[in-house]
Amino acid sequence: MKYDIILAGVGGQGILSIATIIADAAVNAGLQIKQAEVHGMSQRGGEVESGLRLSDTAIYSDLLPAGSAEMILSMEPMEALRYLPFLSRDGYVITSTAPFRNIPDYPEDAVKKDLEILPHVVGIDIETLARENSMPKSANMILLGAAARHIGILTPEHLKESIARIFGRKGRQIVETNLRAFDMGYAKI
Amino acid sequence: MTETRLLLGDEAVALGALHAGLKGVYAYPGTPSTEITEFIQKSEAASAAGIHCTWSTNEKTAMEEALGMSYAGCRSMVCMKHVGMNVAADAFVNAAMTGVNGGLVIVAADDPSMHSSQNEQDSRFYGKFAMIPMLEPSTQQEAYEMTGYAFDLSEKEKLPVLLRLTTRLAHSRAAVSVQPGPDSTVRLPAAKDPSSWVLLPGNARKRNDYLTSVQTHLSDIASFSPFTFITGEKDGADTGIIASGTGWNYVMENGAAETGFPVLKIGQYPLPEQKIKEFAASCDNVLVVEDGQPFIEEQVRAIAGSGTRVLGKLTGNLPRTGELNPDSVGKALGKEPVQFYAKPQNIVPRPPALCQGCGHRDVYIALNKVLASYPDARVFADIGCYTLGALPPFCAIDSCVDMGASITMAKGAADAGLYPAVAVIGDSTFTHSGMTGLLDAVNDRSNITVVISDNLTTAMTGGQDSAGTNKFEAICLALGVEPAHVRVVVPLQKNMAEITAVIREEIDYNGVSVIIPRRECMQTLSRKKNKTK
Repeated sequence: MKYDIILAGVGGQGILSIATIIADAAVNAGLQIKQAEVHGMSQRGGEVESGLRLSDTAIYSDLLPAGSAEMILSMEPMEALRYLPFLSRDGYVITSTAPFRNIPDYPEDAVKKDLEILPHVVGIDIETLARENSMPKSANMILLGAAARHIGILTPEHLKESIARIFGRKGRQIVETNLRAFDMGYAKI
Repeated sequence: MTETRLLLGDEAVALGALHAGLKGVYAYPGTPSTEITEFIQKSEAASAAGIHCTWSTNEKTAMEEALGMSYAGCRSMVCMKHVGMNVAADAFVNAAMTGVNGGLVIVAADDPSMHSSQNEQDSRFYGKFAMIPMLEPSTQQEAYEMTGYAFDLSEKEKLPVLLRLTTRLAHSRAAVSVQPGPDSTVRLPAAKDPSSWVLLPGNARKRNDYLTSVQTHLSDIASFSPFTFITGEKDGADTGIIASGTGWNYVMENGAAETGFPVLKIGQYPLPEQKIKEFAASCDNVLVVEDGQPFIEEQVRAIAGSGTRVLGKLTGNLPRTGELNPDSVGKALGKEPVQFYAKPQNIVPRPPALCQGCGHRDVYIALNKVLASYPDARVFADIGCYTLGALPPFCAIDSCVDMGASITMAKGAADAGLYPAVAVIGDSTFTHSGMTGLLDAVNDRSNITVVISDNLTTAMTGGQDSAGTNKFEAICLALGVEPAHVRVVVPLQKNMAEITAVIREEIDYNGVSVIIPRRECMQTLSRKKNKTK
């Protein structure tokens, strides 16, 4: 069994933290994993993508082949669409619905339409949820919670253990906020 | 005891080196190599063992410092991105002539597709040029194992060893099974043979004869390297595959082994000629799959007999530029990529941009304001975050070539009569390669205006220490810039009138001026704030 995910977003939105948590959970669940990311120039408000491959057998390529991703998990709606060529036929798009407008002429209506016509798409306004629940820095964990029901190769408990482990050095309060964010996203789907 | 760690390719190299008894790592930050040194800097074990890991001023100083450590009998490692090899080249090539004492491993991280670089040069050519052994891992596990192997090989052959990575391995994570090594660093007696270390022509000729004489031996040991092996059925196949590095991963991803293609994996160079000859003789066609330039492919053309057709990048079976991926390699193996959803047409690119609040922004706003009244002005910029000044809304720079080229190109242009010739360079790039060019300009009294945009860090690569912090005025004065023309400003919107006035005055001055806009990088500032919270 394998599970390929494309994580997408804009530099600074915290997609690499999501990647770190899923990767950590996968290793602890005894799975093979490859997680490719690009550092450097793209961090400065540019498009950021990380390919995450989980499997119970050997994984050779660090990069996903086209049409192979079971999920596109995105912190930003237009960024979710950018990687559609990687989505498998029955793959899910799980995305924040809040546009990140740092470019002129952001095609907001077109993005909405292009998302709506996909067969399996879950849009969730994680930014508003995070703000309303006083957890402005945990929008990414709400998104991970929303994705957790679909990442069948890992249990939500695996992911929560990793949240506790990864955020552990930042203190108990931050761990609790992020776990709460995760549960909130999980309950939304 | 074996343990499993989740590691980037870069981190696997770092841990491999630590477990091999490393005494020091020397490096200048550069994507995608930076995390090797950072891993060692963060390692408590490395710190307890007193392993050297502070940043060097540039790749050449790093290379020479590592060579000195090797001379003294310890294992040392140098890490850089591919273009850093150009800076280190003098020391690198001549380290092959002197040979080494303690194991010396040079890690070059190539960036096919130029994710964060200005070219696609393939460091393997440097290894061949210097005639030294080279290793190229495919997986994070191999990156870990090869690093330890590389130190042993270096000490056994008494030569530096080049370890070549590409972005996709350097910046991809996987579980790696590791075996903590000796508790102490390796220490041999210091070298003392001047006939190999003093490269006077008389000595160098002997060293050159020696280095040339071991080439066949080095190729033979590559044939028997644990990192050179064949999978799949060798006999009776009409197409065989020779693959290295990340290219091998894509071959395997496409099920080459299961579909009956024999695959010769190359992990060590100089190329195992004997092994390649035998392999090629059993196939009508050989497809060469390698990330980077057609380095193996060109050599296989010479090694394989005329009865074998060599396919790859030179024959159009694989793309000539850009990194390989599972789809491009699949295509070369006769598999069409599957795509269910097209990228919608309305998606627009989202290029990187200078951060909100970044001091470089104010520098470019001020420069654009002043230079609007000088239509002939040219701005020669350099390598760093501030290269993004080329993009809208600033469109403020006219060139960016290599580390330090801003000052020297401005000088050359001024020599040709171009005015105003402005150089924009970051603080870390200035100490890396800008200082010597500034001395040229001072000695010639060149009519240039140099802006050292100082954000107190090496920002582009993630905020590493910058070698010249707190020293820039002193450096410029010591190089001979007139004290009246070393000007410091604080790049903030509220200071715009002052900044533009300073720029105008210094452009009007006929000679070398240095303006230093100084304000901390927003990224390092916010990281510090988070830490103190």
